Amino acid sequence: MSVVLEAVGLTKTFTLGGGFFGLGAKRTIRAVDDVSFTIGKGRTLCVVGESGCGKTTIGRMILRLTAPSAGSVRLEGEDFTQLRGEELRTRRQRVQMVFQDPAACLNARMTAAEIVAEPLVNFELLDPAGRARRVEQLFDQVGLSRGMMGRLPRNLSGGQRQRLGIARALASSPAVIVADEAVAALDVSIRAQILNLLRDVQRQTGVAYLFISHDLAVVRYIADEIAVMYLGAIVERAPARELFEAPAHPYTRALIASIPATHPRFRKKRAALTGEVPSAAALPSGCRFRARCPLASDICATQSPPMRAIAPGHEVACHNTTTINQGG
Amino acid sequence: MAAPEASMSLANADTPVSVLAALRRRPLFLICVGIVAAFALLALVVPFLPVDPAVLNPLRRLRAPSMLEPFGTDHVGRSVLARTLWGTQISLGVGLAVAALTTLAGVSIGLLAGYIRALDMVLMRVMDAVMAVPAILLAIALVALIGAGPVVIVVAISMPEIPRMARTVRAGVLVLRELAFVEAATICGGRLSTILLRHILPSVAGPVLVQATYVFAAAMILEAILSFLGAGTPPDVASWGNMMAEGRQYLEIAPWILVFPAIALTILVLAINVIGDELRDMLDPESAR
Repeated sequence: MSVVLEAVGLTKTFTLGGGFFGLGAKRTIRAVDDVSFTIGKGRTLCVVGESGCGKTTIGRMILRLTAPSAGSVRLEGEDFTQLRGEELRTRRQRVQMVFQDPAACLNARMTAAEIVAEPLVNFELLDPAGRARRVEQLFDQVGLSRGMMGRLPRNLSGGQRQRLGIARALASSPAVIVADEAVAALDVSIRAQILNLLRDVQRQTGVAYLFISHDLAVVRYIADEIAVMYLGAIVERAPARELFEAPAHPYTRALIASIPATHPRFRKKRAALTGEVPSAAALPSGCRFRARCPLASDICATQSPPMRAIAPGHEVACHNTTTINQGG
Repeated sequence: MAAPEASMSLANADTPVSVLAALRRRPLFLICVGIVAAFALLALVVPFLPVDPAVLNPLRRLRAPSMLEPFGTDHVGRSVLARTLWGTQISLGVGLAVAALTTLAGVSIGLLAGYIRALDMVLMRVMDAVMAVPAILLAIALVALIGAGPVVIVVAISMPEIPRMARTVRAGVLVLRELAFVEAATICGGRLSTILLRHILPSVAGPVLVQATYVFAAAMILEAILSFLGAGTPPDVASWGNMMAEGRQYLEIAPWILVFPAIALTILVLAINVIGDELRDMLDPESAR
């Protein structure tokens, strides 16, 4: 399995405050703290976590919309974080994005065909006739009828707009697509169609997904591998099946327990989390989850748990993993 | 969902039918467009009319309006009607040139300052500095420094208006640059020029157009003021400001010398300002009816 995207020690800190001419107290927020992962060709890594855990910032750093404070992104073996200017612009054709809000990410003044052709024009791919054929092929691929090519985005439905956004992301044949909450704004019925489309497209083109979501039900459907984030750091990473069957981190277990049951008969006692997410500007000492953790012990207050493997491809950052497995 | 739909109301008016329907609901806008068009037509045809602003007739000076001279004559016997008609050319010409120059410069500066953070500080502090100087003082200083001439006057009047236009554009760009479709343009490999001209500029065109009409009107007044103060159009040229400056001395015995150009200026400026107001209402989705 060849690695197409590798994040090494990605960190993003924001400085708050400073006040009047920098005289006030400054606080540093670690929105993303030393996050590393790899994605193989044609694979899907899902990053899950609640609002504000830094998952969107990871996507933005990979796309170079936000500059990382530390760490690097390697795209097909090349350090994407070091590229500048024209070199960066040209390499962007290898990593594209599908947005959360399909209405907001399309220029309201451009027709559907113009929107899909834009990356081809910008990256100077194909000749004009070839571009026209490629746009038709992309419309077919994402299930949009060719009759819609002349339409403006406002004359398309939400699902059609998202298909258009996917067609645009596919246009330059990228190696990786970052999908940030790509189905969160869609109706449940359309959500399933779009997820199926994303899977079909992956099978046909071998594109890899970094799929960012807060919704484990969606993630379960599309993920090969899952990384669970809490307060800017990955706390558990495992193959999708294993994560759902044998979650090791207490936070992961709480997340999985919070998925609504499909039938009242399957309802079980919820291990709901108590308390609030601590402020990223004032992280607790030791383990960042300990304040809300049912298993917290003395060591959690003093030492930050390192990521360690508990099974092939399954890593967790928890001091009390064995306790969980015995209990589970 | 409501917000993005509302912001598209400009684009919604892209069919001829809806434009006509919208105009029918705004008679004041049509009347004012008609007034400005009439003045513009006058300015275009006045060289072909049998009116000469420079012919002196000392025997018939300071005559009150009559059938022969509808607007009367001035202190050297020139026709006030002829001079008022010719003055239309100066006022409209200066107004149009200033509006065009201000828009071009202000939009360029605003786009760059809003999108490129590194340029923002430098460009906008320069704009603040220009804004801090009273417009008339700046214009008079420029004219005094370089000497009166059509180009100098246009530049002198434009300078103090450019910062306002730049600020309007920059404010719009600061909002737009964070929107998903502009970020999408970056991800799709858009060059700076593509992003600014194709994705951002069309969305700030509405406010720019409105601002340009105000600049147009303000420029005509400023030109008249400069002429009135003797720092504008050379005195031998028939401009409304010059006429008012000369007429001031004869106000008690021959008020028509001052009154007619003043009325013309008032009507034209008012009409253009109303067009600006109406445009703002039409382009503003919040107040769409």
